[in-house]
Amino acid sequence: MSLDLVFDYVFSPAFFHGALLTLVITVTSLFFGMITGLIVALLQESRIKPLQIGTLVYLWLFRGTPVLFQIIFIYNVLPTFGIMLSAFVSAIIALSLNEGAYMAEIIRSGLQAVKKGQRTAGLALGMSRFAVMRYIVIPQAARIVLPPTGNQMIGMLKTSALVSVVAVEELLLVANQTASSNFKYFEALTAAGIYYLVLTTIFMGLQYLLERALDRKRPREKRRSVPLMARLTALTEKTEAR
Amino acid sequence: MTASERQPLLEIMGINKSFGDLQILKACSLNVRSRETMVIIGPSGSGKSTLLRCINLLEPADDGNIFFEGNDIARELRRAPEIRRQIGMVFQNFELFQHLTAIENIMLAPMKVLGMSRSDAHDVAMDLLKKVRIPERADFFPDELSGGQQQRIAIARALAMKPKLMLYDEPTSALDPEMIREVLDVMAELSSEGMTSIVVTHEMGFAKRAADQIVFMENGEVIENASRDAFFGGTVNERATRFLDQILH
Repeated sequence: MSLDLVFDYVFSPAFFHGALLTLVITVTSLFFGMITGLIVALLQESRIKPLQIGTLVYLWLFRGTPVLFQIIFIYNVLPTFGIMLSAFVSAIIALSLNEGAYMAEIIRSGLQAVKKGQRTAGLALGMSRFAVMRYIVIPQAARIVLPPTGNQMIGMLKTSALVSVVAVEELLLVANQTASSNFKYFEALTAAGIYYLVLTTIFMGLQYLLERALDRKRPREKRRSVPLMARLTALTEKTEAR
Repeated sequence: MTASERQPLLEIMGINKSFGDLQILKACSLNVRSRETMVIIGPSGSGKSTLLRCINLLEPADDGNIFFEGNDIARELRRAPEIRRQIGMVFQNFELFQHLTAIENIMLAPMKVLGMSRSDAHDVAMDLLKKVRIPERADFFPDELSGGQQQRIAIARALAMKPKLMLYDEPTSALDPEMIREVLDVMAELSSEGMTSIVVTHEMGFAKRAADQIVFMENGEVIENASRDAFFGGTVNERATRFLDQILH
C-alpha cells in the first residue's frame, strides 16, 4: 500500500478527468431531471385526464425498474429502433428520466403541502393562476422540497457511477481500469473515494447554504432584541384590553 | 340620500349551487346597496360561505344572476381575476401568505396585480397597517403574530386592492375570545366609513352595531331579510328566532 501512489492518482489527469466527467454527468442529469420532475408534477396537478395517465405510466416505468436497467436499455435497445445515441448521451437521458420520476414525487408533495386556502387567498386578490403559482405556491413549496432534493443530489453523484456499464469514462471506471492493470486496488479506489467525498461534501455545503438562504426568518433573529420596548408596550396593551 | 334610494352595488337573483347531488344554495336573492353592511347568519351548512364564494366567482353558480355594478358577472369566469380585484375577501383562517412578512402580504397583490411600484405599495401597506392598528408588526411573519393580528393584516391585505365590496367569511370564528373584539372593531370602523360589506358571522353584537341589513339563511335558502331594527325589534321569522335563541345561550 502506498499513500504516495494514492496522491499520484488523485492528481493524475486521468482521475481528474474522470471526476470532472462524473460531476458533469451528475449536474446535467440533475438539471434535466429537475425540469422533468417539475413538468410532471405540474401535469399531475392539472386536471387533464390523458396527461395524468401519461405521467402515471412514466412514474410507474421509471420508479419500477432499476436505473442500471434503464441505462443499458437506452444505450442498447434504442439503436434497434434507429435511434443511435452516444454512451454519454444515453447515460444522461437515462439518469435524467430516472431522476425526473423521483423529483416529480418530491415536488408534488411540496406543492400539495401548501394549503389550498393559500391559493384561494391569492385568487381572491385577483391574481391569475400563474401568479398564484409563481408568487405564493412555489416559494412555499421550495422550502419543503429542498431537504429531499439535497438527498437526491448526493444520491445522483453516487448513482452516476453506474454509467460505467456503458463505458463512459467516469471516475469509478477510471479507477477500476487503473487498478486492473497493476492490481493496486487500494490506491486507485482510495483516490476515487477521495474525489467522491470531496464532491459530496461540496454538494452538502451547497444544500446548507441554499437552506439558509431560503430561511428568511434567520437574519431577523439578531434584530429581535431591538423592538423590546415595542414588545413590552404591546404586552401591557394586551393586559389592559383584558 | 337614504340607503333605499341608492342603486344596489350587488344584486343576487335566484342563484342555485349544487355539489353533486347536494344542493347548497336554493334560489338565493339578495341586494346590497353601496355603503351598506349586510350580516348573514344561520346554522353551519346553511350555505352562507358558498354564497360568498359565488359572489367573487371562487365557486361558479349553477344558474341565476349576480349583478355587480349593474353587470351580470355570474358567468364571467374568464374575467374572474379582474372582478375579484374589486371584491376583497377575508377568510376564517386568515390565510396570510406564510413566506411573507405582514407588510409583504399587503404589498403582494398591488405590486403583482396592479403593477404598483414597490415604494408606492409600501406606502399603501403602511397606511393600512396604521388603519388596522398594528404598524409595529410590519416586519413580522404570520406565525409570529396572534390570530387577531393576523386577521387584521388579512383585512389590510384585502383593502390594499381598494375593493368596492368586502366579503368576510366567519372572520372571528377561529379566534380566541379576547381577540374577537380587535377584529370586529376594525370591521365596524370600516363599515361606518362606508365600506360596502357582507359579513358571515355569529357575532350578534357586531350585527347590532354595524349591520344595515340582517339575513338569516337555513338549508341553502334565504329565510329572512330584514333591516337591523326590524330584526332586533322582534318582527322576525320564527325559525330565525329559534336560531338566535340557540346562539345566544
